[in-house]
Amino acid sequence: MRDRLRKLDFIDLFLWIVRAAIVAVILIGTVKTILSNPYTLRNWEDFIIFGIAQGSMYALIAIGYTLVYGVLQMINFAHGEFFMSGIFASTSAVAIPLARAGYLASHPIPSLLLIALCSILISIAISLLTERIAYRPLRHAPRLMPLITAIGASFFWQYYFRGLFGSQVIPFPDIPQLEGTVPFLHTFVLKSHVLVIFVTLVVLVGLNFFITSTRPGKAIRAVAENKDVAALMGINVNRTISLTFATGAAMAGVAGMLYALVFHQVHFFMGFIPGIKAFTAAVLGGIGSIPGAAVGGLFLGLFESLGPSLFLQSLGIPAFNQLKDVIAFTMLVLVLIFRPQGIVGERLKEKKA
Amino acid sequence: MSKRFLALIAVLVAGLVLAACGGGGASSAAFECTDEIGCVEVAAGAPIRIASALVISGPNADLGLDSQHGVEIAIEFKGDVLGHPVELQAEDDGCSAEGGQTAGQKIVSDPSIVAIIGTSCSGAGVPLAQIASDAGYAVVSPSNTAPSLTDPAQAWKPGYLRTAHNDKVQGAAMADFAYNTLGLTTAAAIHDGDPYTEGLANAFREAFEAEGGTVVAFTAVNVGDTDMRPVLTSIAASAGGAPEFLFFPVFTAECAHLATQSLEVAGLEDAVRGAADGCFSAAAAEAIGSASAGMYFSGPDLAFSGDTYTNFAAAYQSNFGSAPLSVFHAHAFDATNMVFACIEEVAKQSDGALLIGRQDLRDCLYATSGFAGITGSLTCNEYGDCADPKIAVYEIQSGDYVAIWP
Repeated sequence: MRDRLRKLDFIDLFLWIVRAAIVAVILIGTVKTILSNPYTLRNWEDFIIFGIAQGSMYALIAIGYTLVYGVLQMINFAHGEFFMSGIFASTSAVAIPLARAGYLASHPIPSLLLIALCSILISIAISLLTERIAYRPLRHAPRLMPLITAIGASFFWQYYFRGLFGSQVIPFPDIPQLEGTVPFLHTFVLKSHVLVIFVTLVVLVGLNFFITSTRPGKAIRAVAENKDVAALMGINVNRTISLTFATGAAMAGVAGMLYALVFHQVHFFMGFIPGIKAFTAAVLGGIGSIPGAAVGGLFLGLFESLGPSLFLQSLGIPAFNQLKDVIAFTMLVLVLIFRPQGIVGERLKEKKA
Repeated sequence: MSKRFLALIAVLVAGLVLAACGGGGASSAAFECTDEIGCVEVAAGAPIRIASALVISGPNADLGLDSQHGVEIAIEFKGDVLGHPVELQAEDDGCSAEGGQTAGQKIVSDPSIVAIIGTSCSGAGVPLAQIASDAGYAVVSPSNTAPSLTDPAQAWKPGYLRTAHNDKVQGAAMADFAYNTLGLTTAAAIHDGDPYTEGLANAFREAFEAEGGTVVAFTAVNVGDTDMRPVLTSIAASAGGAPEFLFFPVFTAECAHLATQSLEVAGLEDAVRGAADGCFSAAAAEAIGSASAGMYFSGPDLAFSGDTYTNFAAAYQSNFGSAPLSVFHAHAFDATNMVFACIEEVAKQSDGALLIGRQDLRDCLYATSGFAGITGSLTCNEYGDCADPKIAVYEIQSGDYVAIWP
């Protein structure tokens, strides 16, 4: 103990103060809110459901960050654009023509499946192109180079799709069958939220099966473990890396579809903020870990939805809802200080860290 | 200090002096500029250059393009000013402080520009007014409505004027409509931190409370937020009860999210919803879609009349192939004409060349009185509020905004 005290230098002290301050704010705010509870049980349930729905989307996008990081140890900042490209293109090119023709209203299920399929395929195509053209030539370059390239690719796709479909907000057609609510506990849940949570669960279970029990999934894990040894075992490393990008992009395509159903509008810049949030979620859960991405996304969605009302409102902060991004990123700082490996991540060995 | 270093400095200083003489020599050939903040010289046959800084990309592009069309029609109708054609340099204000900064820097780096029409968004107007004012330019905004921009204690800078209404008027009109016409007594206001949205939400709050109503919640979201349900839930649970009227004077994307999601939040299903001129465009109507039922929009009264407006509307339709996209086209037309009138008044002519004093131009603009424009009779006060403000309230009927009040 005395040894540790002696080693305590200025930075450690500062970090301790930051930790203590953040924890104190959260505790004081939460206790005050609980004492003067301004919300009903139904409100709290609503906040939690909104948080889970939003968190599900973050989780699906975060999978892409975490898979690519696991295999290449690279943060693919263009991933938000994989998310945007699929749904933005399929809204403009598929959903709106289908709605105009009246087919969407008369056959909602096949139309939605078609839109989702287009969204997934376009996302995958964009991710494979980006990987082949922008990342593969830099596979052995210093790690900063693919990172900067990713940011460049992100800008490129944003403005490419802006050129294709315009810079305005494009409304996603309404689907009457998804409007309305279903009763649940003390509240009513939006049908679109039920769909989001259900689809996310199915997709995550499917992904888990794919990664743990199929040959391509095992190849991804082997390449993540050690590329050279995987190559010696007869695994085509380049193809496996492409497969990793495609898997992540497929998740992003599904997330895009769900996003459009919940928020009813798409825009060429819509991938930026969810992309950053999902990256946060991936780090929160432990980057490189698939369950980590799911858990991190869920936590982030819940923090954002519950946080302002739970511990900022009772502190008398004006316009406390504006601070939800601050909460999200403060959580990131807290996790990085307390548990750098993330909520469910393992401590990485020297080589990978 | 070595001799070589001294020699280098001497050469540099000599170069500067020569450059200064060269500059002075050229302009003194025809005129002498006596204006305290500088002059623009337009050579014989050369165009008079004005700049616009309006939002012409992104979700709010309709707002700025509409105003830019107004400027273009004003130039077309005017033809030559004192025998010189007029050239427009169109910049994008991005509807953000950064965009206003960039557009402002770009414009003031070009000394041949006489005046600036812009910006669309008040958030971009604050930095642009500062930059343009420091550089000696005159700025006339057809679209900024934030009260702070013409308040000398806040963001007003010498040389800034506007033909758009001040939001004190718009906020009061919306409060009057909600309290007296709709008979609603509790309200909530949401802004996004931008000077326009915050100023208007504040103006509404003050006026609504002065009418006798209660504002149960006053809060903000972020630009770029998509999930509005948590903030709406906390408004529905505010201490004063769920509000009967929900006013969110924000821009297109956030406005559409608030409009659609407020219908899905417990306690707000029956709240009457209101937005303002930042959410008043063809793109906004499309983005809001079916959620527009039971929603009201305040904005400038567009029931213009007179021959000028008839010609203007015909030219807009034939040049741009659509009805006006948003609300500030006529204000832009008037702003441009105000600038032309003042150029004609203050420019000194000699052999077909013009010399326009920048301070003279500003003085003339501030002295504008009873100027007959499409939007009414414009008279500027000393802090640049020139509008003849008439506010109307609209609702969307099958995709079009239809005025229903007053």
